[in-house]
Amino acid sequence: MAATMSNVEEIRNRVILGEFDVKNVHSSDFPGNYPGYDDTWNMQKFQKNFRIDVVHLDENSMEFDMVGIDPAIANAFRRILLAEVPTMAIEKVFVYNNTSIVQDEVLAQRLGLVPIKADPRLFEYRNAGEESAEEEGSEIDTIQLQLKIKCSRNPRASKDSSDPRELYLNHMVYSRDITWVPIGNQADVFADSVIGPVHDDILIAQLRPGQELDIIMNCVKGVGKDHAKFSPVATASYRLLPEITLLELVEGEKAERLKRCFSRGVIDIEDVNGKKVAKVVNSRLDTCSREVLRHDDLKDVVKLGRLRDHFIFTVESTGILPPDVLVTEAIQVLMVKCQRFLNELDSTNME
Amino acid sequence: MAVEGEKKPVLEMVQADGADEGCVTFVFHDEDHTLGNSLRYMIMKTVDVDFCGYTITHPSESKINFRIQTRGGIPATEPLRRGLNELSSVSQHVLNTFQARVNEFKERQEQPME
Repeated sequence: MAATMSNVEEIRNRVILGEFDVKNVHSSDFPGNYPGYDDTWNMQKFQKNFRIDVVHLDENSMEFDMVGIDPAIANAFRRILLAEVPTMAIEKVFVYNNTSIVQDEVLAQRLGLVPIKADPRLFEYRNAGEESAEEEGSEIDTIQLQLKIKCSRNPRASKDSSDPRELYLNHMVYSRDITWVPIGNQADVFADSVIGPVHDDILIAQLRPGQELDIIMNCVKGVGKDHAKFSPVATASYRLLPEITLLELVEGEKAERLKRCFSRGVIDIEDVNGKKVAKVVNSRLDTCSREVLRHDDLKDVVKLGRLRDHFIFTVESTGILPPDVLVTEAIQVLMVKCQRFLNELDSTNME
Repeated sequence: MAVEGEKKPVLEMVQADGADEGCVTFVFHDEDHTLGNSLRYMIMKTVDVDFCGYTITHPSESKINFRIQTRGGIPATEPLRRGLNELSSVSQHVLNTFQARVNEFKERQEQPME
């Protein structure tokens, strides 16, 4: 099948969603693949076509469009957000006393997953060597936290009460009970930023009168590929912008049915000379369910595709750093990676 | 083999016997698809490169084998160096654009409040 010019454009720029397959999934814009196209890397061309639009931004989540970049690079940013942007998390748990029914190791695992509000950029990695494993942490690489709580009977509880909330004091241990123990000069350095759990209502354990917890925790800097507790995002993902094209006029009952095949707000019904005519108003809202392809009389009137280089990023932070800071950090991590190998290449060639 | 550092090697070069310097497998330690795929894309965008690809040697090893074959006797380190530089400047441009847009967005959000 000879590829016509418009066909080539489609192969290069669109992912086509068919009834049984998804076509043109891979990037093919490499030199030598298409006659008449100059696909060699061109920084000016990239800078001209590249754009970012911020759609939504608050302290916990953001959505933005990244347009004009290859999936390989967009995916690198996403992967770095998940696994390589550092944060501080509880790594060592010293249990001095634990008479609760939660076992030490289970408790330690639960504590590790509590997000700790501390700017990881102000801390160093702790050396991973064997000789330093036993070493005490210092003020530049460690945050010390304490959890010391004991449950007791509430003397003011009414006699006939059976509600634990009334009968006992401190029977629910929350993350707000974790206190920060500054090491060295940390109390001065972090005077205006309180270090501690991001959320104060994470339930850690339940106690009964007489049971107590006495725990010291050490937080260190780490990355998500070592353990998920270090991951700075609740989720970071992207999707490609959907494109829905109506190939012929759809009216009446068919139009209503077409509208119901897509997410709400994608298709609108307009009144043209007394007839109901379907129109695509916002293809961005579509989930690309391909429901329309199950209707035999509708599947040939629409073309479903996605723009290959239009990424709709969604970044949800755990609350340690704002999402826009996370993205800038992720981009910098990729630059550091490049620099690391450039330096290595330079030192190799010297020999 | 080029670098066999005393501690942890970062980058190694592996060449078959009798192969010229245009056909080299680089071993990137502590890397995965993140750098592998994005760098592969940048290097495949170069005309003189005949082949560029990578594999992760084993799921429990944290290194990738990154293969470059060039045309016309160009040393493989040349497109690698260019690829790393280009990837770095692409990231720089993305970073600048992102920060500019975020600042614009924040300013726009503040204005209606007043």
